[in-house]
Amino acid sequence: MLDIKKIRKQFPILSQMINDRKLVYFDNGATTQKTQSVINTESNYYQMENSNVHRGVHFLSRLATDKFEETRNAVQNFIGAQEALEVIFTRGATESINIIANGYRSLLKKGDEIILSELEHHSNIVPWQMCCKYSGANLKIIPLLEDGSLDIAGFESLISEKTKLVSISHISNTLGTINPVKDIIKKAHEVGAKVMVDGAQAASHISLNVQELGVDFYCFSAHKMFGPTGVGILYGKKNLLNKLPVYQGGGEMIKDVSFKKTTYADLPHKFEAGTPNIAGIIAFKKAVDFITDVGISNIAKYEQTLLEYATEELLKINGLKIYGTAKNKSAIISFNIDGLHPYDIGMILDKFGVAIRTGHHCTQPIMEKFNIPGTARVSLALYNTKEEIDICIEAIKKAKIMLS
Amino acid sequence: MRTIKKIQEELIQDFEMFENWMQKYEYLIDLGKELTPINQQHKTEENLIKGCQSKVWLNAEYTNGKIIFSADSEAIMTKGIVALLINVLSNQTPKDIANAKLDFIDKLGLKEQLSVTRANGLASMIKKMKLYAIAFNN
Repeated sequence: MLDIKKIRKQFPILSQMINDRKLVYFDNGATTQKTQSVINTESNYYQMENSNVHRGVHFLSRLATDKFEETRNAVQNFIGAQEALEVIFTRGATESINIIANGYRSLLKKGDEIILSELEHHSNIVPWQMCCKYSGANLKIIPLLEDGSLDIAGFESLISEKTKLVSISHISNTLGTINPVKDIIKKAHEVGAKVMVDGAQAASHISLNVQELGVDFYCFSAHKMFGPTGVGILYGKKNLLNKLPVYQGGGEMIKDVSFKKTTYADLPHKFEAGTPNIAGIIAFKKAVDFITDVGISNIAKYEQTLLEYATEELLKINGLKIYGTAKNKSAIISFNIDGLHPYDIGMILDKFGVAIRTGHHCTQPIMEKFNIPGTARVSLALYNTKEEIDICIEAIKKAKIMLS
Repeated sequence: MRTIKKIQEELIQDFEMFENWMQKYEYLIDLGKELTPINQQHKTEENLIKGCQSKVWLNAEYTNGKIIFSADSEAIMTKGIVALLINVLSNQTPKDIANAKLDFIDKLGLKEQLSVTRANGLASMIKKMKLYAIAFNN
């Protein structure tokens, strides 16, 4: 049994009042709040440890480098990667996807196919459209079923010898659907295709082991797992990352530079040009430690109870429809109420101190599929409670009265 | 005819009577509901002000030396804000609209309650209305 009171105390922002009311933060799909340990570590780095990593001979630089690399090791353990050098630091999941999509521009040729799904975030669509534009490859899209799960039979009919890459999210940021990535990976590998999984919504919610999944590339963002903004992870199998063309050129990513010929550094530095977000990366370790200490399976279990309770309570509201009702689902609930625009609901909830997100959630194809302008989205995290769900439900009821 | 300045002053006075955000929001919702519906034929792509959150259509017609604005939005609160703008700027001369100093939103105590995206949407609405005024003035 998790001690949620104790957990909440580690997040200073949660005791804040918003609009004279206790903050109810239900926008975790956009970003999660940060632990005191993450905040302290980031602040302490600038106060006591600031120095550039990797090239310095002096004490502070060595200290910063050691701590920086400690995060890499912690992430390696967290995701079950075989080697630390398979963990690349990026600016976020978006950049991680762009590194792969950019690299594949020259690895693909005309007629090759990339498979995405209808429920992808724009950041897992647009980089591949750009990749196709340059390589001549084509996009194929796995359709969505009415319940917000993927049409796996549809996927099987799309996959062929032409398929070179499948890029799919682990959990839908809009519908909450947990996709059967393991099966998808297995089927993709049967035709020799590689698989990238966007784990932005998964990393702090469900357990993850990249070797068990057999996934070729996996990415996520620190800020959606209680860590700082501006830090992301790209995991890739060593042999694949070695073959992947470099992304940005600059310092750190080189072995030797001359005007005749420049050679690139080995992994992971090959993809880490320029000075990284050192403070954020060092602080990120505290977020990983926090999740590990609480236990990801405990988190998943607790969030499922929240999901069940919130779903049940929301459905008691007349005219409320939930989008995304797949059996295997994470604690993200998108809904609309008959005759009301999600934006109006969000605006009024804000006045009650309840932070939710409204709009298309960067997934316009999903909106098109369901023929809606947007949804109101509640996305829960470990520190949320049933009492907060009650406050949210009451606020929705009041909004409904005000707006009808 | 009431001037733009006078209408703004009256609105500010109206809003001073409200005791809390809920009354203000309810007033905006009512304004949104009461807004004369835009003619369906004017709900065109051209008249669409694209915001991140809700669509707004704005149409302008020039008759007898004055501009008549009509508008609609998917979201009722946005519609309320548009209705405020229409109350202030519609049925005025292009010159007066182009030169109007619009400080009522700040003074209604609404700006701090509107998100950045909403405030931006508001700015683009005002910009579009002023652009119509400049165009009709020439």
